Amino acid sequence: MSKKVYKDAMSALEGIKDGMTLVVGGFGLCGIPENCINALVEKGVKDLTCVSNNAGVDDFGLGLLLQKRQIKKMISSYVGENATFEKQFMSGELELEFCPQGTLAERIRAGGAGIAGFYTPTGVGTLVAEGKEIKNFDGRDYVLERGIVGDFALVKAWKADTFGNLVFRKTARNFNPMAATAGKITVVEVEELVEVGELDPDQIHTPGVYVQRIFKGTNYQKRIEQRTVSKG
Amino acid sequence: MPLSREQIAQRISQEVQDGFCVNLGIGIPTLVANYIPKDKTVMLQSENGLLGMGPFPKDADVDPDLINAGKQTVTAVPGASFFSSADSFAMIRGGHVDLTVLGAMEVDEQGSIANWMVPGKMVKGMGGAMDLVAGARNVIVAMQHTDKEGNSKLRTKCTLPLTGIKCIKKIVSDFGVIEVTDNGFVLKEYAPDLTPEKVVASTEGKITIAPDCKMMTF
Repeated sequence: MSKKVYKDAMSALEGIKDGMTLVVGGFGLCGIPENCINALVEKGVKDLTCVSNNAGVDDFGLGLLLQKRQIKKMISSYVGENATFEKQFMSGELELEFCPQGTLAERIRAGGAGIAGFYTPTGVGTLVAEGKEIKNFDGRDYVLERGIVGDFALVKAWKADTFGNLVFRKTARNFNPMAATAGKITVVEVEELVEVGELDPDQIHTPGVYVQRIFKGTNYQKRIEQRTVSKG
Repeated sequence: MPLSREQIAQRISQEVQDGFCVNLGIGIPTLVANYIPKDKTVMLQSENGLLGMGPFPKDADVDPDLINAGKQTVTAVPGASFFSSADSFAMIRGGHVDLTVLGAMEVDEQGSIANWMVPGKMVKGMGGAMDLVAGARNVIVAMQHTDKEGNSKLRTKCTLPLTGIKCIKKIVSDFGVIEVTDNGFVLKEYAPDLTPEKVVASTEGKITIAPDCKMMTF
């Protein structure tokens, strides 16, 4: 068996310590690493900095870590679905760095690609740009944003082979491909784990070089935040 | 009578051209999709990573891996594509999305917009709004003209934390269609049963009435 394959989340998260920075894939509750989050609750690590577009809901996703007060700081673009978050933030228990969604995606992409920083027009003239370098290119102002690298990246993919080549499914892809590149150690959980050679190389979204540890997840809830249907 | 939410959406749908890629925000902007004529081919972009968003699924077709930026379950139309959030915002920031429609708490006469934060009250975040207003070629705001107390939300200068500066060119409010120019707001169309003078009186920012200003019909 490939050295990258672990038996479960607990073993794959070996080495995660208090105070570490985690880059976590997912948008809302879609494409979140459910098994890894549950294992972090069980391990009880604390003072974490989590880089994640959202903060889950009160009783699912990263909300589970917030409930146990394991998170010290969040770097996110939108946290409106989580009342626990709002309460902890308002009372000063929790630090929050708001980062525009596209800037966050690019910061993680840059971190993983060895880019220390980049200039973006997003957020110029707003709170987000305060204290950051502004530079004018071709008559337009841009703000300097920094790349992000995490001690660990926690990723959810649909399918993988034992080398760590990843395939995502529909909009569960979201932040996961960038997160996969931005961990000093990248841990991936998947619904289906196949042997090397079974995935078409032309259909792989994330090459296995980015992935250090992989395991087949269990009991996926895939909770839906807004179940909307059409009649007929 | 001021326009209903549906009428605001219906009017904005007239701005959508055949072949456009359009990003519709949460709330009234989402309703715009209901009024795009069938003979126009339009691809809806959802910033979590979908181009070619379709209607809500039938109950049996609900897929938790297929949602829109409002976290609602949706479908994908033929010709749709899925991609990462980095690719999604490359489309947005890179100016490849033809039209963005979003809501606002305030817009000022210079075209700056505030729609993400009320200090001390609301801590939700900007999501993709700052990227959308910085990147889309064409941003239309759908909003209520006044707050519940009748105070204008079209201001001389935004009082809330900004989402973007000098980026809004057109507003469709419940009172009418307003363009943002170097000379402030210009009223182009007004809601049935209102008068241009009434709209001007309800607007705090500098506003003039266009020579060809007309009453809207539905």
